[in-house]
Amino acid sequence: MSENLISVKGIHKYFGGVHALKGVDLQIKKGEVHCLAGENGCGKSTIIKVISGVHKPDGGDIEIDGQKYDYMTPTESIKQGIQIIYQDFSVFPNLSVIENLAFNKVLANKKKFVSRKEFRRIAEEAISKIDFDVDLDALVETLPVADKQLIAISRALLDNAKLIIMDEPTTALTKKEVKRMFEIIERLKKEGVTILFVSHKLEEVFEICDSVTIFRNGKNVISCPVSEMDEKKFSYHMTGRHFEEDAAPKTRNIGGTVLETKQLSAQGFNDVNLQLRKGEILGITGQLGSGRTELSLALFGLLNPDKGEIKIEGKEVKIPNPAKAQELGIALVPEDRLTEGLFLPQSIKRNIVITRIDELSNKLGIVNTNSIDDESAKWVRDIGVATKNDEFPVSTLSGGNQQKVLLARWIASEPKVLILNGPTVGVDIGAKHDIHNLLRDLASKGMGIIIVSDDVSEIINTCDRVIVMQKGQITAEVKEADLNAKTLANYI
Amino acid sequence: MKTVAQTNETATLRNKSKFSFNKMDGNILRLLIIMFTIFIVASITKPDTFLSLANFLSMEKQLVEYGLMAIGVGIAMIAGGIDLSAVYIANLSAIVAGLFMKTFASAVTGTEQILFIVLGILLGLLTGVVCGLFNGFLIAKLRVPAMLATLGTMQLYMGIAIIMTGGSIVSGLPQPFAQLGRTNVFQVFTLSFIVYLVIVAFFSYYIGKTKYGMKLYLLGTNEKATKFAGIKNHKIIMRAYMLSGVISASAGLLSLARINSAKADFGSSFVMLTILIAVLGGINPDGGKGKIYGIFLATIIVQLMSSYLNMFPQISNFYRDMIWGIALILVLIINYVLNKKSEAKLMRLTSQ
Repeated sequence: MSENLISVKGIHKYFGGVHALKGVDLQIKKGEVHCLAGENGCGKSTIIKVISGVHKPDGGDIEIDGQKYDYMTPTESIKQGIQIIYQDFSVFPNLSVIENLAFNKVLANKKKFVSRKEFRRIAEEAISKIDFDVDLDALVETLPVADKQLIAISRALLDNAKLIIMDEPTTALTKKEVKRMFEIIERLKKEGVTILFVSHKLEEVFEICDSVTIFRNGKNVISCPVSEMDEKKFSYHMTGRHFEEDAAPKTRNIGGTVLETKQLSAQGFNDVNLQLRKGEILGITGQLGSGRTELSLALFGLLNPDKGEIKIEGKEVKIPNPAKAQELGIALVPEDRLTEGLFLPQSIKRNIVITRIDELSNKLGIVNTNSIDDESAKWVRDIGVATKNDEFPVSTLSGGNQQKVLLARWIASEPKVLILNGPTVGVDIGAKHDIHNLLRDLASKGMGIIIVSDDVSEIINTCDRVIVMQKGQITAEVKEADLNAKTLANYI
Repeated sequence: MKTVAQTNETATLRNKSKFSFNKMDGNILRLLIIMFTIFIVASITKPDTFLSLANFLSMEKQLVEYGLMAIGVGIAMIAGGIDLSAVYIANLSAIVAGLFMKTFASAVTGTEQILFIVLGILLGLLTGVVCGLFNGFLIAKLRVPAMLATLGTMQLYMGIAIIMTGGSIVSGLPQPFAQLGRTNVFQVFTLSFIVYLVIVAFFSYYIGKTKYGMKLYLLGTNEKATKFAGIKNHKIIMRAYMLSGVISASAGLLSLARINSAKADFGSSFVMLTILIAVLGGINPDGGKGKIYGIFLATIIVQLMSSYLNMFPQISNFYRDMIWGIALILVLIINYVLNKKSEAKLMRLTSQ
């Protein structure tokens, strides 16, 4: 049992200026459930992609079942029985369950003509392996998230998977669905399938895994059996800090109400009543698809409400578009920084000053180059963007520094309400710390801040009050006094 | 320790940034080198025909029209789109202006005639504005992909022009207008070339130095992100196509003055040529990159090439389309390779 199915040693990987993997080792024994843990941006996803052949490493050895490779290719990795269940499940939403299940197999046989019967037989075989009960003729897009995931798992098993890598499989699942998922994992384990379970949720790790490897900042910091791990050790290795130190004092003067919604409803959420006060940091949490993102979009004019009202400083307002939101003093740091936030090939400077460009131009619309240089240099300095030159494309920055650029952009517009959706996703620990401090600092100066996040430790460390959303509704509100990981986990 | 290093870095940020800004714009330098190389080769191999005033005047006259349209196409491309209808906006504007002048200005003389000519010119420009806004409306409001929208309007504008003219040539314009096309300044510049230079200078400044220009570049880079940054995208896009339309209209009017006639399908081959010039000039087909004066240099290069090739009777005109096609593909390949190189260079510069 001690034989390694996969052993990678000294893997390096660079993306532009970012050194994503700094010589990591990872050993997975045959037949075990191995947990790969670490905060966002620590290199978990990158190592998975190196193993599955998506990324070519810039150095290091890969050994699979005793065979050595310089790098993997997707075909070779599938041939070796490595299957990945990605967060987005990689299913074809517009096809039926049968087609999704049977596709790979039929394609691999290189048959020109296929019969519906053959399709059905393969599909039935697939779901029987995990006792998965589903309507084979249903379109995949109509199924709940958990079922899509099980389809992906069944399909992986059809391809004789020896190792199934699950990339944060429980993010979008309810408690009940997680339980079913774990039963399936146990079953697979009995059948001799090795599982690499990627997660940063410690309860799950203790429940299901045999051993654990923790990554931090592109390096593996510890690898041991779960029995030798405890909660404290786990969070210390994840964050590099002792947990107690992290909870910074939250003494702030909280003022009058700055933002209020009444019965606000739109596609994705219903009857949301919330209040945000000056100087307060309000957390909004919930699973993927709970309506948290839609709510933030509606407050920024990117999603039109069906009914309800929004009040800014007591006055009812309509927010038809982001330009109006900006005018009203609302700012949103979006969820997906690469597609919704940044102008990747453009300079850091332009990325920062965009929200201030009107003020930095004269009446004829001619921009004042010197003011722009000063403005950009000021933010790069104040917010600590690590760059040699703000004329460089913003794509050359690391995730954390890119996020700082986005923050600078919106803080520069001097908003009354700053909404951040996943402010530290894919951000390294140092930058995360800086960003949290910055947010606390802004709040103490009277800004109302909303943090939308599913990162429990982030919510606990920064927020004064937390709203939990489920299926488009607010299901709980937790005050600071009761704010800890356990109570929060119960609500979600 | 880290913070000390950072403050030092930011302190030198401003000085450094100016320096490297010039250094990074290698494309303009490359275009200048190509331009002078062709000029020198042509001067040495064909000294008497190439280095003549007649040749220069002829080159000036020819390049103005497609040079202008290339600027319009370039602006649309910076916005992340394209304008295939530019040539037909030019023709339609020339026909509207031409018909108006023929009807009203030919019958009268003196200041009244000048007034009608000016009105005709304004009407032509207005045609360009309306056509451009319609393109912008389709693209920004109805979200039709720019390629398809302007392919459709290209046919539409040509169709309108054919109906207006019955498919025939509009000619016989009032003398003072036709005179504009024959006027030279200081003997070595045609009037139309001077107009062209003014438009180039204006738009280089307008796109390069104003807040509109900056928003245009950012929008061309990532339309979703400009929306999230509180910019009204549709306004920026509408204006980009409006500008392209009005620039094309001015090209049409200059052509009307030069050849004293207009036709619905005049200059069809320019559609392809304007795209070639914009891309050669450094406009990124993906949007968000490139300079207007780069398009100017590319226009000169294409005209030098074209005139030089004309001096070899053994190279038939039949080869021309093929040559421009190969040129466009070559430019795209070279740009791809150079982009890869500069990315690699940036990577080296930024990694610690």
